[in-house]
Amino acid sequence: MTEKNMPLWEVFIRSRTGLSHRHAGSLHAPDAEMALQNARDVYTRRGEGLSIWVVPSSAITASDPTDKDVMFEPTASKIYRHPTFYEVPDEVGHM
Amino acid sequence: MYAQALNTVTEVSKDDPAKLAAFQARIDAEEKIEPNDWMPEGYRKTLVRQISQHAHSEIVGMLPEGNWITRAPSLKRKAALLAKVQDEGGHGLYLYSAAETLGVSREELVDALHSGRAKYSSIFNYPTPSWADMGMIGWLVDGAAIMNQIPLCRTSFGPYARAMIRICKEESFHQRQGYEIVMTLARGTPAQKKMAQDSLNRWWWPALMMFGPSDSASQHSDQNMKWKIKRFSNDALRQKFIDATVPQGHFLGLTFPDPDLKFNEATGHWEHGEIDWAEFNRVVKGEGPCNRERIKARIKAHDEGAWVREAALAHAEKRAARKAAARIAAE
Ligand SMILES: [Fe+2]
Ligand SMILES: [Fe+2]
Repeated sequence: MTEKNMPLWEVFIRSRTGLSHRHAGSLHAPDAEMALQNARDVYTRRGEGLSIWVVPSSAITASDPTDKDVMFEPTASKIYRHPTFYEVPDEVGHM
Repeated sequence: MYAQALNTVTEVSKDDPAKLAAFQARIDAEEKIEPNDWMPEGYRKTLVRQISQHAHSEIVGMLPEGNWITRAPSLKRKAALLAKVQDEGGHGLYLYSAAETLGVSREELVDALHSGRAKYSSIFNYPTPSWADMGMIGWLVDGAAIMNQIPLCRTSFGPYARAMIRICKEESFHQRQGYEIVMTLARGTPAQKKMAQDSLNRWWWPALMMFGPSDSASQHSDQNMKWKIKRFSNDALRQKFIDATVPQGHFLGLTFPDPDLKFNEATGHWEHGEIDWAEFNRVVKGEGPCNRERIKARIKAHDEGAWVREAALAHAEKRAARKAAARIAAE
């Protein structure tokens, strides 16, 4: 195939006001503007979105899944970060 | 669908046994496997093959229906058919993207289809000579696809499962619009009813073949079940489809081209006659009524669209160059 590879883009869609953008999938397009248009056609054919972000896949830095334990372990022992760690008498009511 | 179980054998794994065991434990715990996670080579290969075959099926699947877009009997039917075919193109794109997360390029995948190395669902190698076929495809082919795709929403590979969820949401429209076309014909003039019946006679057996070889004949099912790529056997899905579809056909006053089809009161299932596996194998191997025509049409569309892709790239380059020049001028 003689064609130049089209860059890959990750598509994020905000489905309703007040919600954050969520990853919907990816697509190929020559530039950001065409990526947006393609994302409109591919991922929002039934009013799934109010706003679209497209990001070059190559611009994303991801954590390494093999480091998962080291990366997230420190939070496991910090139970005092959760509300249930603290005793509040029933008489005080909901807090 | 159209992730049809084709005759491909999963390779014996040469992976590290400790890693394999840890991987299987994740699968058993219903964890999703993501693209950057460690996975056995066989798992990766099986998924690339299955997801890309599925993507090719969506893309080739646009052809038999595309055949009728310009000849739909009303504007409403034309708009619906156009929207359905557009959805199928979208399904192909979601699936190609899912396959690409496993380290294959879109170009390689498309090339495999065009060169005849890759397979796609046998059903799309049958012709669509009448308008009733548009109804029959929606009702039966998309109906069979739904049966197969719903369990795939829980398949173990994350990107594939997420693509399937999106696809399943769109399939219900496909099946309902198809059934409505068949219903309209079945309640129409005697000639229209005959058209519907004739179409059902042609599509019933090929639709049953969409689920792939019977369990006794498919060698790679076990490993795929263990990896939870697949969750139900071919025969189990086929039975579900028959049980759901036969009453829908009878409701319209249509008959199925199977003299052995009968309801078993004891099991609560419809029993069917022998499927012609020789025909299935012929179609899968490229000898179906339209195999050559389909691939030819795909290659033609791809080649004739090359200038659009080239122009888009040239336009993007020009715009990037202009932006860069403006930045330099401003500095
Ligand atoms: Fe589809
Ligand atoms: Fe469909």
